[in-house]
Amino acid sequence: MSFISLLWVLLLGSLLGLELIGKVPPTLHTPLMSGANAISGITMLAALTLIVKAEGNVPLLIIGSVSLGFALFNVVGGFFVTDRMLAMFSRKPSNKK
Amino acid sequence: MNLPVIIKFVIDLLAVLLLALGIKGLSKVKSARDANRLAAFAMSLSVVGLLSYYLGTSGIAIQSWIWIIIGSILGSLFGAILAKKVPMTSMPETVALFNGCGGMSSLLVALGVAIFPISNSVENLDFFKSLINEVSISVSIFVGAITFTGSIVAMAKLQGWLSTPVWTQSKVRHFVNIVFAVASLIAFFDLINGNTSSIWLLVIVSSLLGIGVTLPIGGADMPVVISLLNSYSGIAAAAAGFVVDSQLLIVAGAMVGAAGLILTQVMCKGMNRSLVSVLFGGSLSAQSTASSGSGEYTNITSCSVEECALTLEAANKVIIVPGYGLAVAQAQHTLREVTKKLEQNGIEVVYAIHPVAGRMPGHMNVLLAEADVPYEQLKEMDVVNPDFPATDVVLVLGANDVVNPQAKNDSSSPLYGMPVLDVQEARTVFVIKRGMSAGYSGIKNDLFDLPNTSMVFGDAKKVLNDLIGELKDLGVGEK
Repeated sequence: MSFISLLWVLLLGSLLGLELIGKVPPTLHTPLMSGANAISGITMLAALTLIVKAEGNVPLLIIGSVSLGFALFNVVGGFFVTDRMLAMFSRKPSNKK
Repeated sequence: MNLPVIIKFVIDLLAVLLLALGIKGLSKVKSARDANRLAAFAMSLSVVGLLSYYLGTSGIAIQSWIWIIIGSILGSLFGAILAKKVPMTSMPETVALFNGCGGMSSLLVALGVAIFPISNSVENLDFFKSLINEVSISVSIFVGAITFTGSIVAMAKLQGWLSTPVWTQSKVRHFVNIVFAVASLIAFFDLINGNTSSIWLLVIVSSLLGIGVTLPIGGADMPVVISLLNSYSGIAAAAAGFVVDSQLLIVAGAMVGAAGLILTQVMCKGMNRSLVSVLFGGSLSAQSTASSGSGEYTNITSCSVEECALTLEAANKVIIVPGYGLAVAQAQHTLREVTKKLEQNGIEVVYAIHPVAGRMPGHMNVLLAEADVPYEQLKEMDVVNPDFPATDVVLVLGANDVVNPQAKNDSSSPLYGMPVLDVQEARTVFVIKRGMSAGYSGIKNDLFDLPNTSMVFGDAKKVLNDLIGELKDLGVGEK
């Protein structure tokens, strides 16, 4: 991938992000923030790449592994906690009737 | 193109599509839960894509597998446990903690690549490419470190582990932060020049900058800061994407970064604060005490829980205005018991939710949903405001600035222009509050002086418990 095309990717990705969140009801601000936060843990892919390419370099393996741990903490925790919040909204109408 | 490359390409494309749909779906109540799962699925898909690509091309050494498994298990385990255990009221600091760890991850990746250049990626690069490499590493470290320390400080302040030190309220803090910023800039350019040892300087000063910027910010502004830091962690992920040459990382990071910015802006609007004043203005109370708001109260009516119960019993329509104080007292379940009794007595109960009620926008909805309040009873500000004149009783629970009529009537007030709930239009207003202290804006609330307002002093949970007892004595809700 050339640098220029990566820049295009960056630009289009940003525009997409701006476009996706047009009108969010205030109810969803907290879950949305926490969901988006989980997605930002996508750096786990970078950590994985680091580990795979470390080729037996132990310090690098450790750095990669710690980084992967932090990222997955963010991803797994983020999605779970978002789901917990959203579950409270969805169970409501059925409980009432 | 060989097969593994094609497979990875297809999977990446699919993952980006699903992530975009996930973020989109998260902005609608109906689809939000499925969308969250869709995004989680897309993330796991991207891991499968990456691993299958390396399995198909260079292969993955056993040693790598071991470290992958150790890291994944520990990270996922702690994340899942925390997510299950944490009480709903601590949601803001939890999001901050997760976010900080995402930033830390980007920081570590960049550090790793900088200290131990990955084979075939750095040595063989021409000047232009290695420059880009250095820049993306520096950006990733800089943003990652700020995200990490900033989020941790935000979390500690929300938890009450850290208070705002006095010196951070003076102008000195701007000077200190400028020094940190300039030092990071110097380290940044030094690093790009090829001086790898300045990487540690960059790590240290950008970490300090994250602390220095977040520390002076008051607790009530923290949600905006967390949202902003969330956006940063997206940017850090995108920068890490440049470091390891991954389009997927760049797209996902950019999406989160941009979406986070929009969300931050929406939050600021709801609080009538500009982002600049949140970031550089320090805590609001410090600046506004000198202005118009600090007048004395002249006409306070205080009343007992018993009177409050009697009035509630006679009402036809009651609107509840929950706020930060309710969240802090964790009284949402007790509140629900009170409203259940009223409903059983045929009284119409509605909850008026200000856009920034609770500790974070939307947080109040989550808390009330947790206490089994039917979703249809939660009304947004614009919907509920016309209803106040036809309302018998308004119960204000731990809310203050969001019901201050000054925001509408007094153009000299710092609150002027902030959207507020027009509770004073109702026949009777009860304000349940610990004491006469001001809200986080530090401004006098004109509502308390109005003749139709009565104060019920006490902790929200205790008052509500007493209220349940009084209502019981009156036979409300027991047929």
